Amino acid sequence: MSETSVDHAHDTHEHVDDSQLWEGGESPFRASYGKVMMWYFLVSDAFTFAGFLIAYGALRFSMPTWPEPDFVFASFPFVQAHWPLIFVTFMTFVLIFSSVTMVRAVQEGHRENQRGVVFWMLLTILGGATFLGSQAYEWTTLIATENVSVTRNPFGRHIADGVYLNEDGSESKNEDGTPMTFHKDQSYLIHMHDGKATGVVYHDPNSKGETMAHHEGTKIKYTTGVWAGQVKDVAFGPKAFGALFFFITGFHGFHVFSGVVFLTIIMLNAAGGLYAARRNGYEMIEKIGLYWHFVDLVWVFVFLVFYLL
Amino acid sequence: MSNQSYEEQKALVFKGLMLLGAITIIEVVVALLAKGHLIHGVNFSHGFGHYLYMLLMVGFSAYKAYFIIFYFMHMAYEMKGLVMSVLLPATLLVWAIIAFFQEGHSWGARREQIQQKNQEVVKPAPAGNPQGYYVIPGTTSAMRS
Repeated sequence: MSETSVDHAHDTHEHVDDSQLWEGGESPFRASYGKVMMWYFLVSDAFTFAGFLIAYGALRFSMPTWPEPDFVFASFPFVQAHWPLIFVTFMTFVLIFSSVTMVRAVQEGHRENQRGVVFWMLLTILGGATFLGSQAYEWTTLIATENVSVTRNPFGRHIADGVYLNEDGSESKNEDGTPMTFHKDQSYLIHMHDGKATGVVYHDPNSKGETMAHHEGTKIKYTTGVWAGQVKDVAFGPKAFGALFFFITGFHGFHVFSGVVFLTIIMLNAAGGLYAARRNGYEMIEKIGLYWHFVDLVWVFVFLVFYLL
Repeated sequence: MSNQSYEEQKALVFKGLMLLGAITIIEVVVALLAKGHLIHGVNFSHGFGHYLYMLLMVGFSAYKAYFIIFYFMHMAYEMKGLVMSVLLPATLLVWAIIAFFQEGHSWGARREQIQQKNQEVVKPAPAGNPQGYYVIPGTTSAMRS
């Protein structure tokens, strides 16, 4: 490059001759800049989620008891029955399906098939929206019906065997006259009315089905353990449970929400022909696809930690 | 990127759907069985069965994660350098899990001691000993002066 041409380029910025510019070297890893950077963003995001989930594990290990997921997550829309883990399985399937439709959108992009890209992206967006709606239902049930908040967790487990007591201190009886007992590790949900604990709901241990028993009042007497013979109020579960649940699933839900927003923008761009004009095999679909699969990937671990273990 | 034909790619997607769906169903069925919802009186909530259950769940989830990363996110077709620069940092998490779970466990085991410590009353240091402090006798055996 001669000195005069450098001066020329320097003086008139707007009229740089493209042929004199450096074309750039080969992309590292033979992947485009955008894709490589998306991968590294996802690595950092994975560390954020890992930090949250590890915090959940550490706090859970530090507590003498922890709510049992199949007892906590057992509600299903329009159904009064106790269906452990069924609704969240449905949510998992929604995310798997939307991941699959996303892969199809990327494949159609490689074939420069605009209609295919828009169609499969639309299905992906519907999947994401369905997941968000399901999460809204799950949160609403926990907050409005079961009174969980970030500082209060009415889901607990008994730390020893014992018996429920009436208000006057006498032992409560079941309908058939047997004492209303509970055993160690049994889950319960404290019923609340106007911010005060009024009773306890728990699995009826004598029933084979998923029927729930209800006890009015909050007094219990332990018959085993260090507090054997003592009368206590039934205790709220570990506070951290509510905070961790809302924070971690909320952070994941926020990722899903952002994903739906970006997917919508990119779908509209694709429908408008923007990526067809770029002639790069709809690379933008690939990049948002990486992000969307990552959201599914995180859910695999949220599902494991919160619902299965 | 992969050199597969369009038909092969579509077949892979279908395989992925079946695989992830099947693993999820197995996970949930095993979870319901282990927690005693399927067969009355049968559960794996204690001891060896519980560890086996947890190991199984972590294994299934790890396989799902592997499949999503390598086939849905096309990691299997990327260059080794990219694969390594993404996956190697993630191995740091192994130590994070060990360290923080150990920390949480120890915190739980020393819950009473922590409560006792929280109740200690600290008295200002006497004039002749400006650097130390006294813990009021009787509250704990630990004392520094």
